[in-house]
Amino acid sequence: MMTTEASTIGITHNEKVEHPDAVEMQAFGFWLYLMSDVIIFATLFAVYVVLGGNYAGGPTGKDLFELPYVLGETLLLLLSSFTCGLVMLAVRDGKKNSVLIGLAVTFLLGLGFVLMEINEFYRMIAEGHGPSRSAFLSSFFTLVGTHGIHVAFGLIWMAVMMGQTAVKGLTPPVQSRLMRLSMFWHFLDIVWIGIFSIVYLMGVM
Amino acid sequence: MFGKLSLSAIPFDEPITMTAVGGAVLLGTVILGLVTYYGKWTYLYREWLTSLDHKKIGIMYIILALVMLVRGFSDAVLMRGQQALAAGGALGYLSPDHFNQIFSAHGSIMIIFMAMPFLVGLMNIVVPQQIGARDVAFPFLNSLSLWLTAAGGMLIMASLGVGEFSKAGWSGYAPLTEIEFSPDVGVDYWIWAFQIAGIGSTLTGINFIVTIVKMRAPGMKLMRLPLFTWTTFFTMVLVVWAFPVLTAALALLTLDRYLDMHFFTNTLGGNQMLYVNLFWTWGHPEVYVLILPAFGIFSEVVSTFSGKRLFGYTSMVWATGAITVLSFAVWMHHFFTMGASPNVNIFFGIATMLIAIPTGVKTFNWLFTMYRGRIRFTLPMYWTLGFIVTFAVGGSSGVMLSIPPADFVFHNSLFLIAHFHNTIIPGALFGFFAGFYYWFPKAVGFRLKESWGRRAFWCWLIGFYLAFVPLYVLGFMGMPRRLAYYADATWHPYLLVAALGVAVIGLGILFQGIQLFVSIRERRSLGDSTGDPWDGRTLEWMTSSPPPVYNFAKIPAVDDIDAFVDMKERGIAYSRPDRYGDIEMPKDTPHGLIIGGFAFVFGFAAVWHIWWLAVLAALGALFTVIARSADDDIHYVIPAAEVERIENERYRELASVAK
Repeated sequence: MMTTEASTIGITHNEKVEHPDAVEMQAFGFWLYLMSDVIIFATLFAVYVVLGGNYAGGPTGKDLFELPYVLGETLLLLLSSFTCGLVMLAVRDGKKNSVLIGLAVTFLLGLGFVLMEINEFYRMIAEGHGPSRSAFLSSFFTLVGTHGIHVAFGLIWMAVMMGQTAVKGLTPPVQSRLMRLSMFWHFLDIVWIGIFSIVYLMGVM
Repeated sequence: MFGKLSLSAIPFDEPITMTAVGGAVLLGTVILGLVTYYGKWTYLYREWLTSLDHKKIGIMYIILALVMLVRGFSDAVLMRGQQALAAGGALGYLSPDHFNQIFSAHGSIMIIFMAMPFLVGLMNIVVPQQIGARDVAFPFLNSLSLWLTAAGGMLIMASLGVGEFSKAGWSGYAPLTEIEFSPDVGVDYWIWAFQIAGIGSTLTGINFIVTIVKMRAPGMKLMRLPLFTWTTFFTMVLVVWAFPVLTAALALLTLDRYLDMHFFTNTLGGNQMLYVNLFWTWGHPEVYVLILPAFGIFSEVVSTFSGKRLFGYTSMVWATGAITVLSFAVWMHHFFTMGASPNVNIFFGIATMLIAIPTGVKTFNWLFTMYRGRIRFTLPMYWTLGFIVTFAVGGSSGVMLSIPPADFVFHNSLFLIAHFHNTIIPGALFGFFAGFYYWFPKAVGFRLKESWGRRAFWCWLIGFYLAFVPLYVLGFMGMPRRLAYYADATWHPYLLVAALGVAVIGLGILFQGIQLFVSIRERRSLGDSTGDPWDGRTLEWMTSSPPPVYNFAKIPAVDDIDAFVDMKERGIAYSRPDRYGDIEMPKDTPHGLIIGGFAFVFGFAAVWHIWWLAVLAALGALFTVIARSADDDIHYVIPAAEVERIENERYRELASVAK
């Protein structure tokens, strides 16, 4: 969602050879955005590592985390990354209907992940283990929740792109946006692997 | 309905604040009235507010910076006036509450809303032209960044009349900024102003990195980049690395304040020093974000006005890179007193001292560039020379502070205040002024009058020493920073001198205003029809002043570091291309302005807990982004014939100058 320029700015047609095309610039710009987002997550991870042991007499990760449940979330997200990859293959082959079906499946898987996470949060808060209980829970909810909000925004973006694909077809700008959407989706997957390992696996150890 | 907001939020009982509010409202009304009277709203909206032209965006950034400079300076005047009066039992005219707001606003405004827009504005005007490009990589994003910055600035201005500003300093240390100790809205204004402007800065960083990496003219290898472009590149790397940390730190503080979390609180496992670490992980690189572009400007100015290639170009580039990397390894020197082990402190102490090495390399390179050069003493040179001398002092006091045991004594004293003003004012602001005078004719088409500029310079320089040398002395005498009043009468004489210094700086600002006014009146005789008023060395001097919207009719080919000097020497600087081609440019769009507006409303609603409005504004911004993303028709074509007409006019003008 960062940039939407459809072709290289201010280049006359005979000069195009000397310059990288817009899609490449947008992809590079989007990489930089992802790297800045990595720093936000890195900060949140660091905060979690510093505060993660400050239970303030409240529950610990061992008391709260249910690994099988989280494994379910993880599988949904990983599977959605796989279908997202299939979508990009369909984009390459110009199969509009496959793209739409693939995006819909990816969307549902992502939605499942978000709902499972909301359910997990809801249960914890209902049991009195909300983010205001201790610094550990503050940093847990914030790190995991920030990832969840990213996934939710990815879902909005995906819905928009389904609309654009349906209405506009697989035009070059739409293809460029789909490529960046898939970068974003895979990026969230990688962050989740970090969360799964550092927060959940190490939390129940 | 209106959250915490009610009529009592307007400080009717504070005469000083109300005078300032009244003045601001009056000035705003006069400006709006004039725009209406002259029927310029359409012009303003079409040509400026919705413009995606990097040069116009740059000019708007600089206007924002100058307005905020005056606002931040007024705060300085109030502080110096207060401390000049409030000695030995006297209370002065500011309550401690008000005084605390003023020093918090002064720092916040000067760094985020004066220095940042100033440097981003100069980059916008100059960098695309220096690399031979027609715009930045993402023109819409550029406009969005501008309006996010402006929205943040508007929030701070709003805090003057509605509610209050933070009393916890520009760095907003927790736990003082926690809801328990600062239950008022001041800290929230500070948070949202920083957050919104900070996101704008991150987007600017991404934009300029892509621009510099991907959009250089053919032949412009990395080691042929003009030095201002190099420093812009490293600055933007710092921005993209560092600003997300601020975003995260502010978000965590927000969660503490709004959702009762415990990141930085005293209770339930919070850790205040974590905030301080995060803040300075951003804050120290931010110092170099301010200073590196100025170093680039000095390099351009010294080389142009000495009529020589920059001495030690390669070492200059590497020194900038070294500063960029080192700036991430020194943040803890802001709080040696935290209580970390001596080994930790000495690591950060040594890393801090190391930064003096690349900085020294730069200083000597500037001196050697001037050595045996044909120096022309123009305004940019005045500011550069003023910088070199003054900054040497400020840098040295920085090395003193980097020694942990010494820092334990200086910490939180006026010595520190003197030190960082002694680096940021000459190191950043003098640089921006040098760039302002240097590139003003390029951006606007006429030069600024030298006479008033020289008067302004001397006032600034002398005023600076008068204002800050006493603070060094007071630091040695043990006076802490941020005192609303004090009992020790021996400090008083020094504070009187400092107040006098601020008055002299005020004269300097006044003279700069007169200079602008006089120069606009005499713009015809000061006009620059060559596009190259200073005998410049880099590509931005190849275009006309001001440049056409597309900058270059044909993208130039580059063969040298000083590309334009090389072209002039080979006699091809003004050669006409065989034929002109169509040029595709981005269409102007109001989306950036609209999102900026929503950001302001969102910030204001969040400050006052008006949740329905905050949700509406966030949705508004989201749907504006979606609407923009659905628009594929975002370019227009300037036909070759039109380009030829514009260029012919330019060549006619050049020919008339040559006669």
